[in-house]
Order: sequence, then structure tokens, then C-alpha cells
Amino acid sequence: MNPTRKRNFRLAAALATAVLLSVALAYTSFNASASDVTAGQLLAMARPGQSYELAGTVTSAHRAGDTLFFRIRDPKRAAVSVPVRYAGSVPDPFRVGRAVVVTVREAGPRFVGEPNTLTTKCPSKFRAEGEPDGTGPVLGR
Amino acid sequence: MIELGAVALVLAFPTALFATAAALWGTRGDRRFVESSRRAVYVLGGLLTLCILAVEVAFVDTDFSLKLAADYTSTTTPLFYRLVGMYSSQEGSLLLFAWVLSLATSLALRRTRNRHREIVPWATAVLAGLASFFTGLMLFDANPFARLDPAPAQGFGLEPLLRYPEMAMHPPLLYSGYVGFAIPFAFAIGALITRRLDASWLRSTRRFALIAWVFLGLGLIFGSRWSYSVLGWGGYWAWDPVENAALMPWLVGTAFLHSSIVQEKRGILRTWNVVLICATFSLALLGTFLVRSGALQSIHAFGASTVGAPLLGLIAVVVIGSTLLIVSRLDELRAVKRIESLASREAVFLINNLLLVGLAAVVFWGTFFPLISEAATGQKASLAAPWFDRYAAPLGILLVLFTGIGPLLAWGRVSRGELRRLLAVPALVALLVGLALLAFTDAGSKPLALLTFVCAAFALAGIVGEFARGAAARRSLVGGSYAAALGGMVVRNRRRYGGYIAHAGIAILFVAVAASSSFQSGAIVRLGRGQSTQVGGYRFTYTRPTVSVDQAEQRLALGSVVKVTQDGRPVTTLHPARLYYSTAAPSEGAALRGFFEGTVNSQIGRQTGVERDLWTAMNPDLSRFEPFITGFDRRLDRLAAKLPANDPRVGAQLSSLEGMAINVVQRRYMADPPPAEFRINVFPFVVWLWIGAGVAAVGGLIAIWPAPEARRRRVSGLAAARLGRESRVET
Repeated sequence: MNPTRKRNFRLAAALATAVLLSVALAYTSFNASASDVTAGQLLAMARPGQSYELAGTVTSAHRAGDTLFFRIRDPKRAAVSVPVRYAGSVPDPFRVGRAVVVTVREAGPRFVGEPNTLTTKCPSKFRAEGEPDGTGPVLGR
Repeated sequence: MIELGAVALVLAFPTALFATAAALWGTRGDRRFVESSRRAVYVLGGLLTLCILAVEVAFVDTDFSLKLAADYTSTTTPLFYRLVGMYSSQEGSLLLFAWVLSLATSLALRRTRNRHREIVPWATAVLAGLASFFTGLMLFDANPFARLDPAPAQGFGLEPLLRYPEMAMHPPLLYSGYVGFAIPFAFAIGALITRRLDASWLRSTRRFALIAWVFLGLGLIFGSRWSYSVLGWGGYWAWDPVENAALMPWLVGTAFLHSSIVQEKRGILRTWNVVLICATFSLALLGTFLVRSGALQSIHAFGASTVGAPLLGLIAVVVIGSTLLIVSRLDELRAVKRIESLASREAVFLINNLLLVGLAAVVFWGTFFPLISEAATGQKASLAAPWFDRYAAPLGILLVLFTGIGPLLAWGRVSRGELRRLLAVPALVALLVGLALLAFTDAGSKPLALLTFVCAAFALAGIVGEFARGAAARRSLVGGSYAAALGGMVVRNRRRYGGYIAHAGIAILFVAVAASSSFQSGAIVRLGRGQSTQVGGYRFTYTRPTVSVDQAEQRLALGSVVKVTQDGRPVTTLHPARLYYSTAAPSEGAALRGFFEGTVNSQIGRQTGVERDLWTAMNPDLSRFEPFITGFDRRLDRLAAKLPANDPRVGAQLSSLEGMAINVVQRRYMADPPPAEFRINVFPFVVWLWIGAGVAAVGGLIAIWPAPEARRRRVSGLAAARLGRESRVET
């Protein structure tokens, strides 16, 4: 094979591989993705069995045994929130008022968080509201 | 001092603008303007150093009239974390970015003051332009010198989760990495504009690219280590958009470092090199943008930031400008030579380049998939870690394999016989390792991990062979001991052997990632005192509770002693705990409940070993103290209502009462410990992740350090230049 034909063949093979890989990338990503939703969107569109990445602010939370129950508020519509039941690893920074993301599925009146999918905003990005009151409990006396 | 810093910032912006304008004017050939722009950059470095000092003094002195200090430090924050607290804020991190940029630019311009007379003015204009952008951004949008009047008596303090040495190191290293790539980028732009497209700009900026690579890599590793050692989720990488944003420039920067060697040695891949460095710097800016824009849902993104739009504008200018420039210079960039054979070092370097860029492209696609999906379907959607793993694993394995092959081959062409001879020993070692793993371990159950181990064995065997051959050759030449020959060989050819050491580190790192992610065992279990569970062949028994109070940090630790045994034999004792911090932040509930549900983090109980890490985090179930906590809060509220508000003495007394109530909880916890949720993991070989990264960094530093010959050449070059100048004066 002369050098020019060889080069063209290599180029065609490389391009074909790149196209194939790109198609595979696009196909698998659309198949494997979970919709990013806010509380309002979730209430409007949730279908049983479908996974959603729910993002928002925690408005209330309580534990019962191994299960954590909390509500996530819509970042744009403060009056809208959804209840979530979650069992799995809870990040340390999780608390009321913090922004979280969790993968959920519809299960009756509430949504069930998939185990170990709850993440909380990185602590370096917290900005406390209001003024420090300077009256934390005094420990060790 | 704050005023001085604020004035310095105000002066920094016009100084940067002047440096840009003078450099641009200097491109017309007037050296006085080039000199002036360089000196303006030095002044900029000084002014931004003053800004950093002013902020640091306010943090150390807890001067809460500086809003930044009030938001991110407090009188109870330990001194070290007051020093590093600045860059946990958006304003402080932008200041750090601009400061590092000004210092790196000053150093680069100092080193090239007598070289690249045509390229340097353009490079200065680019770098000073970037500095103008960031100083302007601070001045008009995110001013670190915003004041509070009246100043509060107390600050919020630094988030306790960030009070770890790894987190103190992570941001400056990451920013130094991002900024470091600005230097070769600026010189590439200068070379493109002036059509000086030989390898000289690469040689002059190679060290900056290497430093950036080492720093960015270390920044990533420190972030991972913090996540692993501090956060209670038991992992070191989550494929979060912001983590990915830091990984992408590192991957493309790695490709650039390798392809620049090919251009230096063979004069090829010139277009590829300018594309890579422009992409690397654009991706570095993208990382800065993603943290600050809120464009993607990331756990690391700053909320409600207004600097995203200007940053996006800067990225657009960089991407569009550099693309147009590269396209307009395609004729000059076209290499005369070509890769002669696939069996050559340059061909393998190119394959590795494609793998690195391919991996970066996968990460880019996955990171921006929410935006891609929204554009395609109208609905944002995210990809989780398994999708990333599916692509990263095979690409990583191929990378390790070609990392092993590349250094074995010569430049130009290698004959088939020679190829067989060069690859035989590493291939044999890899085969033996593979067979041994199949025979004696369950590595066969995870084929991708097994392949990683085999490829890493191949790469490491190749590198060891290169060292052995080099040392033997040097010993036959100069004599002496084998160790002296090995040391001498590395010292005399630091770039080459530093590179090999870095490759060895990366191979080790890949082994650790494959082993720790494929063979980890984990469980989340609820255990009472005396109960135990079996994880990864180890028995974990919760033997007794512990309580401790750190008065300096105002921190309560409710913990446990966990005995670990294997087949009945004691292995170690772990001490996981839940840490509760007393903070001055306004409580989001009643006082005592606010304390136990407020600022909390985990103290990981961990035993690190060469074979595996035993890792535990715990969260005691405090629900049995619920009646006491609710009752105390109700009584405290009634008492507070009767006392004068805003009286600091009353506040102090109420705080003491809360402290006493916490003492009661401590005593009850010790007397009758509640069950706790334990997260237990057994990670094989995870320590090798940190060791591998350390080895790679050491290799990078060896490669950065000038070889004796280069130092001699530089000294003799400078002496010759001085002699020349003196002789001209005498004439």
C-alpha cells in the first residue's frame, strides 16, 4: 500500500472509531441518566418506577430508627416541597436549611430516596444567614 | 491594614490594565514599553501580596469589621485555620487566584526577560489581561474588603469540616495548578501571533506546565484524601461536576506535557500542542466558572454567585480567540516531518495523548450532560458514578499499558526484533503477575481490575528495567557502586528519570484505585454495646462508648471503641466518633436540639495498612435523650423570656446552662449508651493511592529541577552575556 493510501486508511479508521465511540457515549448517557428536578417539577411529572435527581433545600428532618424522613423545598417556589423517606448513608453536613441532592423514586404519597445517593452541598460553600449571636453552649466546665 | 489592602486592590486594577496596554504597545517594537509592562506586573504582584496580607491580618486579629473575616472565622477558630480560612470564601478564593497569577507571571517574565523578544510582549499582554479581569472582578463584583459597620462581636467561624490540613492545602494547590497553565497558554498565544512556532516557547514554559501539573494533581489528591479521611461517606471520588472540572485540565495538561516532548524531539505535533494548551487553560477557567456559576448542580458550587457570567465571557473570549488564531496559523503549524512508524516512542505518546483527551472528553460529556440533555430533550438529566466508571475504567487500563510501552521504545522507528526484545521481560512479568493473581486471589472475579494490575505490572517492570539498564551503563562508564550509578544517572538526566518515576507513581495509583473500588467491602449497620458485625473477613465489635470534650475547639465527641478481630485474633481497635460543635451561628431550633442537630461531623476510626484500610464512621442514636432535650429547651426558653434580652451576661449564663445540660447528656451516654449506626468499610490497597500520588509528585519535581548541565549552560550563558555587555561598554 502506498504511503498516502495508508495514511488515508488510518484517518478513515480513526474517524470511524471516533464516530462509533461518540454514538456509544450519547446512547449510553441518555439511557443511564436520571432527570434533574425541583420539588415542583417532581410533583408535576413523577412517574412510578422512574428515577429523578431531586435538588433543593431541606425544610424539616427527623429520624425513626434507620430511616430518615425529610422534606425538600423547591429553590424557586418556597411554598412547594416534597416528602422523602431515605435509608442509607447521611452526609455529615446534612441538616435543615442545607442544599441537598438525592436520587428518588415515587412510592405512594412520598418519595423514596435510593440508598447512599444523598449528597449535601460542600461545606466550604455554606454562608450562614444573619448575625452570629455569640451564645453557643459552653463546653467542658 | 484593611484600608491598606482595599487601596492596594483599587490600585491593582489600573496597574494590571497598564501592564496590558504597555505590553500591547511594546509589541510594536518599543522595548521601553515591554520593560515597563514587566515592571508593572512586579508591582501588581506586590499590591496583591499586600491585599493577601491585609486579609490575613484581619483573620488572625479576628477583625470582624471585615465582612470576610466575620463570615469565615471567629475568636474560637484555631490560629492555623484563621490563616487559611480566607480562601473558603468566593472573594478570598478569587484574591488567591489573582495573587498566584501575578506571582507566576512575575516569575515567568523574570525568567524570559532576555529571551523571546517578540513573543514576550504578547504573552505579557495575555497574562496581564487575565490579571486585569480577576482584579476587576474583585473590585466590582466580589470585593474581599467589604466592611461591616458596626462590626459584630463574634464571627461565624470556619466550618469545622474544613478544619483539616488536607483542606488547607487543597485550594492553593488547585489554584496554583490552574494558574500555572496560564503561562504556557500565554506564550502559545504569543508564539501563534508572532508566527514563532518552533519549540522554543515550549522549552521556556515547560517547567511552568510541569509545576502546574504537579500542583493540580496534588490539589486533586488532597481533596480526595480529605473526602476519604473526613467525610463520613467512605469514598475519595464522586464524579461531581466540580471535581470533574479540576480533573479535566489535569488530563489534558498531562497530554500536553507528553506531546510537547515530541515536538521538542521530533518537531511534530505542533498544531496538537497549541490546541492542547489552549484546551487545558480553557478547562482550568471552566473549573473556576463551574464553582461560581451555578450552571450545573454541584455540591461544591457557590450559591447565588454573580461572577459566573463574566467568567463565562472570559472563557468564550479564550476559546473563540485561540481557535481563530490556531486556524489562521494552520499553514505555519503544519509539521514537515511525520510519525515514521507506529513502533516508535512518538507514536505511543500520541496514542496516550488520544486516550487522555478521550478520557477528558468522556468526563466533559458526563459533566455537561445536564445541559446537553436539556438542549436535546428540554429536561435536565444527570449521570451517576457508574456511567463514568464504565468509560474511565477501560480508558485507564489502556493508559497504564501505553505508559509502560512508551518509555521502552526509541524515537523514530523500532524494528520488530528490537520491539520483541524490549517488550519481552515486562510482558513476562505482567503474565506472571496475572497468573499469580488468578491462582492465589479472587482477582479473576473482577476482570477490569485484573487487567489494571497486569498492565501496571507491565509498566512498572518496564520502568525498573530502564533504571537497571541505565545504572548498569553508567556504572560501566564511571565505575562506583550500583546505588551511586543510579543516583548519578537520575541527577544527570532528571527530566527523563523524573518522568519514569512519575509514571511509576501513576501506575501504583491506578492499582490502588482498581483494588480499592473493585474489592472494597462495606456495610451500614446498627450496633448496640457488645454487638458485632462481619465485614470483609473482619469482625467489628462495639465494645464501649467514649466521651471527650475539646475545650479549645469547643467540641463534644460522642464516640465508641470498636475492636476488630480476624478469625478470633485481635487486629486493631478503632475509635470512631460523632463530633458536635458549639458555634456562634444563630441556632436553627431550640438551643440544645440546635447543638446536637447543628454543626456536626465524623471522626473516622481508621487503621491504615499496606494491604487494606479498616474504616469506620458512627452516628449514635440520640432519640432516647429526646424527652430531656425537649424539656430542657422548653425550660430554657421560659427562663430566657423572663430575663432582659441582648444582655451579654444573661447570654453567657444561658450558654453555661446549655453546657451543663450537655454534661447531663454526656453522663447518660456513658452510663447507658444508645445504639449507633456504623458505616464500616474495608478498602484494599487504598494507602497506595496516596503513595502513588506522592511518587508521581516526586517524579514531577525531579523533572522540574534543572539538570547540572542546564544550570551550567545557563550560568555560562549569563556570564557570556555579561561579558558581552561589559565589552560593549568598554568599546
